[in-house]
Amino acid sequence: MAGRISLRRLSGLIRKETLQIIRDPSSIGIAFVLPVCLLVLFGYGVSLDAEHVPIGIVVETPSATAQDLVSSFYQSEFIDPVPYHSMKQAEDAIMHREISGAVWLRSGFASDLLSGRQAPVGVILDGVDANTARIVDGYIMGSWYAWLSRYVREKRAGYLRPAVELRHRIWFNPAVRSRNFLVPGLVAVIMTLTGGMLTALVVAREWERGTMEALISTPVTKGEILLGKIVPYFVLGMAGMVLTVFLAIVVFQVPFRGSFFTLAVSSALFMLTSIFMGLIISIGAGSQFVAGQVAIVVTFLPAFILSGFIFDIGSMPPPVQAITHIIPARHFVSILQSIFLAGDVWPVIFRSWLWLMGLNLIFFLIIMRKFHKRLL
Amino acid sequence: MDKNSLVLEAQGLKKIFRAGDRTIEALKGVDVQVRSGMVTGLIGPDAAGKSTFMRLAAGLMKPSDGSVYVLGLDAAAESQQIHEKIAYMPQRFGLYEDLTVQENLDLYADLQLFPRTKRKERYKRLMEMTGLAPFMDRLAGRLSGGMKQKLGLACCLIRPPEFLILDEPTVGVDPVSRRELWEIVYSQVDQLGMSVLVSTAYLDEAERCSRVVLLHDGRIIGSGKPGDFSAKMAGRVFLLNPARKEKRILQLRLSQKPQVVDALIQGDRIRLVMSEQLEPDQVGSSLSLPDQIEITPVEPRFEDAFIYLLRQKGDTATEVREAENQGEDIGLGIHKPVQGSRTDVVIDVQRLTKRFGEFYAVREITFQVRRGEIFGLLGANGAGKSTTFRMLCGLLPPTSGKLLVAGCDMLTAGPAAKKMIGYMAQKFSLYEDLTSRENLEFFSHAYGLSGRVRQEKIAWAMDAFGLEKVAGVRSRNLPLGFKQRLSLAAALMHEPDVLFLDEPTSGVDPVTRREFWRHINVLAEAKVTIMVTTHFLEEAEYCDRLVIMADGTILDQGTPDEVRRRCSTEENPSPTMEDAFIFLIQREAQKRSLVTVE
Amino acid sequence: MEILFRIIALTRKELITLLVNKKSRLVLILPPIAQIMVFGYAANFELNQVPVAVYNQDRGSYSRELLAHFDSGTFRLVRNLTSSEEIAPVIENKQALIVVQFGPDFSSDILSGREATLQLIVDGRNSNVALIALNYVQQIVSGFNRELAIQHRRINGGDQGTVLVVRSWFNEMLDSHWFIIPGIVALLTIVITLEVTALSVAKEREAGTFDQLLVSPYSPFEILAGKSIPAILIGLIEATLVILIVVFWFNIPLRGSIFTLYAGLFIFILSAVGIGLMISSISVTQQQGLMGAFFFLVPAVILSGFATPISNMPELVQDLTLLNPMRYVLVIVRGVFLKGAGFDLLWSQFVPMLAIGIVTLVMAALLFRKRMG
Repeated sequence: MAGRISLRRLSGLIRKETLQIIRDPSSIGIAFVLPVCLLVLFGYGVSLDAEHVPIGIVVETPSATAQDLVSSFYQSEFIDPVPYHSMKQAEDAIMHREISGAVWLRSGFASDLLSGRQAPVGVILDGVDANTARIVDGYIMGSWYAWLSRYVREKRAGYLRPAVELRHRIWFNPAVRSRNFLVPGLVAVIMTLTGGMLTALVVAREWERGTMEALISTPVTKGEILLGKIVPYFVLGMAGMVLTVFLAIVVFQVPFRGSFFTLAVSSALFMLTSIFMGLIISIGAGSQFVAGQVAIVVTFLPAFILSGFIFDIGSMPPPVQAITHIIPARHFVSILQSIFLAGDVWPVIFRSWLWLMGLNLIFFLIIMRKFHKRLL
Repeated sequence: MDKNSLVLEAQGLKKIFRAGDRTIEALKGVDVQVRSGMVTGLIGPDAAGKSTFMRLAAGLMKPSDGSVYVLGLDAAAESQQIHEKIAYMPQRFGLYEDLTVQENLDLYADLQLFPRTKRKERYKRLMEMTGLAPFMDRLAGRLSGGMKQKLGLACCLIRPPEFLILDEPTVGVDPVSRRELWEIVYSQVDQLGMSVLVSTAYLDEAERCSRVVLLHDGRIIGSGKPGDFSAKMAGRVFLLNPARKEKRILQLRLSQKPQVVDALIQGDRIRLVMSEQLEPDQVGSSLSLPDQIEITPVEPRFEDAFIYLLRQKGDTATEVREAENQGEDIGLGIHKPVQGSRTDVVIDVQRLTKRFGEFYAVREITFQVRRGEIFGLLGANGAGKSTTFRMLCGLLPPTSGKLLVAGCDMLTAGPAAKKMIGYMAQKFSLYEDLTSRENLEFFSHAYGLSGRVRQEKIAWAMDAFGLEKVAGVRSRNLPLGFKQRLSLAAALMHEPDVLFLDEPTSGVDPVTRREFWRHINVLAEAKVTIMVTTHFLEEAEYCDRLVIMADGTILDQGTPDEVRRRCSTEENPSPTMEDAFIFLIQREAQKRSLVTVE
Repeated sequence: MEILFRIIALTRKELITLLVNKKSRLVLILPPIAQIMVFGYAANFELNQVPVAVYNQDRGSYSRELLAHFDSGTFRLVRNLTSSEEIAPVIENKQALIVVQFGPDFSSDILSGREATLQLIVDGRNSNVALIALNYVQQIVSGFNRELAIQHRRINGGDQGTVLVVRSWFNEMLDSHWFIIPGIVALLTIVITLEVTALSVAKEREAGTFDQLLVSPYSPFEILAGKSIPAILIGLIEATLVILIVVFWFNIPLRGSIFTLYAGLFIFILSAVGIGLMISSISVTQQQGLMGAFFFLVPAVILSGFATPISNMPELVQDLTLLNPMRYVLVIVRGVFLKGAGFDLLWSQFVPMLAIGIVTLVMAALLFRKRMG
């Protein structure tokens, strides 16, 4: 770093920053309260797993076979069957969003099945929410398969059996709890807040309040000013990380299969990129107001949408996929999801570490070029 | 260090700022030399380029052209070395408000690598000088404006610098703290032979410097010993004693004569500065004054010389003044005369109190203002002036007490009552994104003017305040003087009976300030009641009556002459308003300390 | 009459301040376009080019036939594995999301009428992606089964059996873009409306102009009207811009009446304006206004059903969402766009939103003066 570093000056700056953090409620708010709020919000509020989906059941002519099929829907923990007398009623209910879909057994279902004629089962889905519709489709299919194999076994109707049976195993998250992948990803979003947003705000605040002008006219060197900001917020961010990881494991019961060492190294690398981004933003922005807005747009939103935290990167159009590489959160999310659910998967972790280190280097060079002990 | 060696030398120094597609030339090529071992003042009105110069000298900016050498080092290229030798205190000193006094000192001691072993002794000395010793554990944000500046100065002095640069250290500081700040600076110069460069917009402070450099509109308009400037004005300054009722009209007339440089109301008298040396009786005949007016020559001040120099340079404000000089019209048509008698009580304040939590911002104040009076509310920052004002305008509910403006309580008043008052806030508070014309259009609508009346009023405001030239300019980009005129115009279009002006002239250069007061005087002639706050104590002289406030209470009230007379002492038989003010505050402080001793 | 003129003057002033400089005009137009593009392309639950590895021990033709079905846009065969040891690393290293495994007897089992098993290993780190991918495979397999059944019948004669015949209403292809993109109309409208309103009073407070307004003859309700009208106008223009992009760029069908859509958006904007002005009246600085807007917006979006269904949330949280105007407008927007729903289906969404709007607007007007002491 530019100029020599005096430990005396550096420790003075760090002590000052620490006192400010302790006394400023908004720092504590962004570093600790906001993370907990987000964690609770996502942990409880956001779930992609549809459970107890209301599904209309229309049986035009009751029969033992039809009853048997319907009972398999009742056994499913994912489906809450709602009986209707006619398809018209069920369709109305779909229009009014009372049910997410309907299963329709025509009047001839049982007799056709017994007499060997085609006996199709009709399913209508409310496709507005395509994602949920597809999951519901899966649940209905599952219940139907369950009934079919039972029917085949009991009636010895081998000819009805489907030729290929699908057996699947879902690794790392067998219960497919969406919380297990949302919560680790959230750690990255939260660290972006402390690293990027808080750093950008506090540095901009120094410019706005004129404290920076007084600071840079003292013998302090550029390197000392930068380190004086990086060290305290690095520690603060890591503390926030430990808090969120603790909550994730203890409160939200997310499994943790990797090593804390890998987590610590990865977090440190990511924290540094976030702080660097915060510093770059604060150099460009004159006021806290602008810094806050820019920080949301360039750190928070991408960490949310383009990091693979919720939306699958592999499915994005290639140009968007290319852009995601320069978003540090993408690499960190990828590490986090592996460490938590799969373990220390070195090829994934190394690749991400390399990216983070590269980004750190680039951000560092930008800061050294753009930050001067000078106004304007 | 040798008294005549130079600590700073600037040559052809230029600084150009670009904001969007506009360029602002803050410094237009200045040559300045600062000698060692003395206090040099950089004097100039706002926006003259003082701060830019100070920042360039401190190596915080790069010049667009020319050079500055500080202690023999190039400020543009060797700023790091300069920072190790100088101390610089920016305009709003960057104290960390959420750190205590002690913590701020520790930080700056660390930054200046001041040895730990010597700190205790040094802090003690600094705290004695600044009087901050009892407040070591108080957060800097909780200090008064004056204390903050003193702490800022102390931070700069922990390791005594070779060269001290102070950028407007006394802005927004009460007169008592101002004196103390100057004392601290001089103690350093006298004891350590420190070289100091200090900038200020207060012209009376210029006289405290050993040498001054006058900066105006990015150019140097003079430099030398302050006494030399005032000496040039000898024989040109006089005091007049008109009849009390006529002083305002007379002052308005005089200030428009071409041979008059300056005419100011000073209590019951008028202070006159002529453009050439004259005998007192020549003045009378030259201005065709009535015989009964006495004309006494007085000592010139630095300010007289400064105004003279500015008038010679011919800035924009002077041009307007000259354009308005056509004929004998002194602009009395500005406002239709208000109905009612000058004996009516228009503002009635009885035992008014405002408490924020445990803190009394205003405590049991009582005063009355009569129709057509210019009534001044004086006090340091935090004295409770603005709080009183905001209560009078209905912006803040009082905790207790009675207050009536034109017979109504403005907090609950309806539109009709609100149309009777005009309000001009402390800082420019019209819409900066709107042009001058759009602002006037908006406020005319807001006060319910419509149709032809509205068109006429807007045209009148444009004309009377010389705003046509800037009708299409966004008010953000207006020079400060025009902003103030626009604010006043907007507050006047609906012809209010009562006008509230909260520090209307703060940050305005002396020439514009004079022009502003001309308008106020004209309004007072039309029986508009004017309530004004100010921290320029010389402006207190312009008021008919005034109250002096400190810590939310009234220390004294009366006409300027009465107040000054009451504060005269044996050592100082004819005090200035500032002397009177400091006298009152110190007396109050003594009373309190007596109370606590008891 | 005078009141009307005064309100018009206030509205005009507000619009000039908002639109006068290039920067603030750009802030109103560019970010929304950028966001709808990013959201439109990046934020959806469709899967594309899912990497699949195959471990095929089967020598017969059926496995190859089934694999051919995987060769659509959704899946991409990346590797052929030669031993079962390779399965774990290929998933762990994220080279493949799915491994498809055929046992040695796959084809012979089918030929001899025994049950043939297809093994599937899915990377569950992103559970949602895993579920969707699994669902796609299920559909491929059941399609394959149906084909086999038909072939079988052709050989053996007869026409028996049962199948699931699934039809999706409103969104026949189950394209999740159709779900997310109309939602963006609501999302961007509330973001812009809050941005315009949450700072407006705080900004005037900081500049001191709010005092100037309060000493003028304006009553709080006139100020409220003057602050709301421009925000509503800007909100509606913004919504129109986004709707045009949704319809003409992303080709999402607009099946219902524009009138119903705009009625819903209008009431929604009204409630957003009320919330924004309330935040703004409470805040002293723009900074606080911005923070307030942020703290409202994040939960409001997450708990609105924008990306994840409200019905999946815990009961308590579901009750909380009843206070969120965005919850209602999302139903309206999606209903009008995809279902062609009219007032008869949607009135129950209009009423609570209108109530929220009225309550917040009145609160805002009351707070204008309150916050002075």
